[in-house]
Amino acid sequence: MKKLKVIAAMSGGVDSAVAAARAVDAGYEVVGVHLALSSNPQKYRSGARGCCTIEDSHDARRAADVIGIPFYIWDMAEEFHKGVVENFLSEYQSGRTPNPCLRCNEKIKFEAVLDRAKALGFDGVVTGHYAITKESPTGKTLHRAADIDKDQSYVLAVLRTDQIEGAIFPLGDTVKTDTRKEAKERGLFVANKPDSHDICFVPSGDNAGWLRERLGSETGDIVDQSGKKLGEHKGAYTYTIGQRRGLALTVPDPTGEPRYVLKIEPKSNTVVVGSHDALAVSTISATPPTWCGVIPELNKTLRGFAQVRAHGAALACHYKFDGTNLIANLDEPVFGLATGQALVIYDNDRVVGSGTICETI
Amino acid sequence: MSIYFDHAATTPISDLSLTALTNQAKKLGNASSLHSAGRSVRKDLEAAREEIAKAIDCAPSEVIFTATGTEANNLAIKGLYWKAVKEGKNLVITSTFEHHAVMDPILWLAEHEGAKVIEIDVDKNGMVDLDKLKQVVIDNKGKIAFISIMHSNNEVGTLQDIAQIVKVAGDIPVHSDCVQSFGKVELSFKELGLTAATISAHKIGGPLGVAALILKRGLDIEPILHGGGQERDIRSGTFNAPSILAFAAAATESASQFKDRSVVVRKLKQSLIEVVEKNVSDAWVNGDQTNSLPGIVSITFPRSDSEGLLLLLDSEGIACSTGSACSAGVQRPSHVLLAMGLSEDETTSTLRFSLSHSNTIAEIEKLGAVIASVVERSRAASGKK
Repeated sequence: MKKLKVIAAMSGGVDSAVAAARAVDAGYEVVGVHLALSSNPQKYRSGARGCCTIEDSHDARRAADVIGIPFYIWDMAEEFHKGVVENFLSEYQSGRTPNPCLRCNEKIKFEAVLDRAKALGFDGVVTGHYAITKESPTGKTLHRAADIDKDQSYVLAVLRTDQIEGAIFPLGDTVKTDTRKEAKERGLFVANKPDSHDICFVPSGDNAGWLRERLGSETGDIVDQSGKKLGEHKGAYTYTIGQRRGLALTVPDPTGEPRYVLKIEPKSNTVVVGSHDALAVSTISATPPTWCGVIPELNKTLRGFAQVRAHGAALACHYKFDGTNLIANLDEPVFGLATGQALVIYDNDRVVGSGTICETI
Repeated sequence: MSIYFDHAATTPISDLSLTALTNQAKKLGNASSLHSAGRSVRKDLEAAREEIAKAIDCAPSEVIFTATGTEANNLAIKGLYWKAVKEGKNLVITSTFEHHAVMDPILWLAEHEGAKVIEIDVDKNGMVDLDKLKQVVIDNKGKIAFISIMHSNNEVGTLQDIAQIVKVAGDIPVHSDCVQSFGKVELSFKELGLTAATISAHKIGGPLGVAALILKRGLDIEPILHGGGQERDIRSGTFNAPSILAFAAAATESASQFKDRSVVVRKLKQSLIEVVEKNVSDAWVNGDQTNSLPGIVSITFPRSDSEGLLLLLDSEGIACSTGSACSAGVQRPSHVLLAMGLSEDETTSTLRFSLSHSNTIAEIEKLGAVIASVVERSRAASGKK
């Protein structure tokens, strides 16, 4: 039988390196590809951040050499800027808080890269994500990883069934500490490389500063729920729902309770603050829905779990699809939920579907 | 069995060169030392210098050994500039399609040392516009520090009329990057009348890590590396005798063989072009094939993507090149092909095949057997219309 050919997306980190090595062991013909996501990669920035530095591409190349697979760099800077960075900026401009990792999976790794790989005659794309896919009569389904602390099914839930079909996640059954151990045993230099945490295209880690540089810092009012002015802000989009610190309010709360960002209104350039109780959200609407498997029956209320942020808790809920929105009614309210994040619905550990949060009540 | 069509990047070390390298590596002595061990190595080294001088037709004292061709280019360009600028000449004339090892030091001089730069255009065949050069020389009398134009282009293989360029230059110093030409075509430093020329060992069957700047006798330029002053006080660093001897062995071998080899290689290149054109009807060759190196050919496969082409050919065991790669490995449109009038999309649909006498017709036939399907798949992946 002819070997299946796959592209291993190699960030230069430990996970994707071990994933590529395991794909070789599993009998795939593997070609390693590092994605150049910035047209001007910063030279030798700390390797702890992101995956698009020259140092990272060297690490990826070295790992591919040790594994013994061909290695290439694919320039995806234009696609990344269009699909991820521009979306990130426009979402903030609209008062929402986007998750760029999710967009990168949707538009870059499992669209631009997968499409290119298929056109070149490859059968799929291997990544170091911690998630599990399972065969089912209706096609591949997406599930949480064995290592629940590392589970990345949330940032993959945006993938369509055809994208999941082309995805291979060799690390789904592994805990991170074992991945590192295995990397060391395989002689991979990246075994002890720190995990990346920040947004890869914000090298300084200063998200607010990065946004201010690009979107300006027009001052506006910070108001309470009745519209009364309590202070001034320097660029509404640098605030996050649920944020408490750094508000610099000049009018104290009469009850002495701390106040939190409740809402960002980009049109009036206003930030609304209020009590912690006012942050409570019980009903979440998300759109457009992406289904990882069978589409739920229209307007039928089902039991499941909702997750609303990466590495967030699984919140017990009823959910339904009303034809436009995916709507979750939580058993217990959640506090400080930003629109723009993804709502992912799980049936136990299986991803049912997801959407971008557009409204919270 | 892998097929190697990337000899312009580097080519296998020859048996004679390898023997010279290993024999000399076993020999003790620093060529600068005064004792007998040092003198013995010095004797070998100077004999090697004479061999290389003979191969490029210059005086032995005009050979300055460096570690790489890039170093030799930097030394010539910065050295000639710093010398001329003392005489109030700060204008540098070059072409639009030089190798980065020439282009980048010139840009550096412009950014940091106040150099003014005029780039002479090349035509669609890759030939420098001599009329334009003449005019620039007339218009800027007394201001030109030096002219640097490559003897042959590394991406498309076109050979410039350097003798004519030197004639046009008159008393203006001319440097030429001869890295791709040396050992492949007739090349006489003396007859061309050059002030400086760059040559490198690993393109002609010598080892990596040794090259030379041929610099006119009596011309003292500022060094870049300061130290023991081993090479005419222009280049410092312990003599790399094993590599220099191996360089000399390769240079002598090439000098005696290049005429026969070039006939063989040019025939192979013609076969490669025919095979590609037969299988991919809309592919085209870039640059003049009459005035060209025997072994280099640049072919555009419209609507394809050279990264994809390279990956697919590599998986078929065929090595070639997309042009000069940048440090991060990310493909950028080739400035050489842009200068010759190709669009950005066309430059990133282009491959360079560079052949040597060790290639065979059977290898070219293997390329012919896969090229059509490789191009088709690359086109599907490129998204170009």
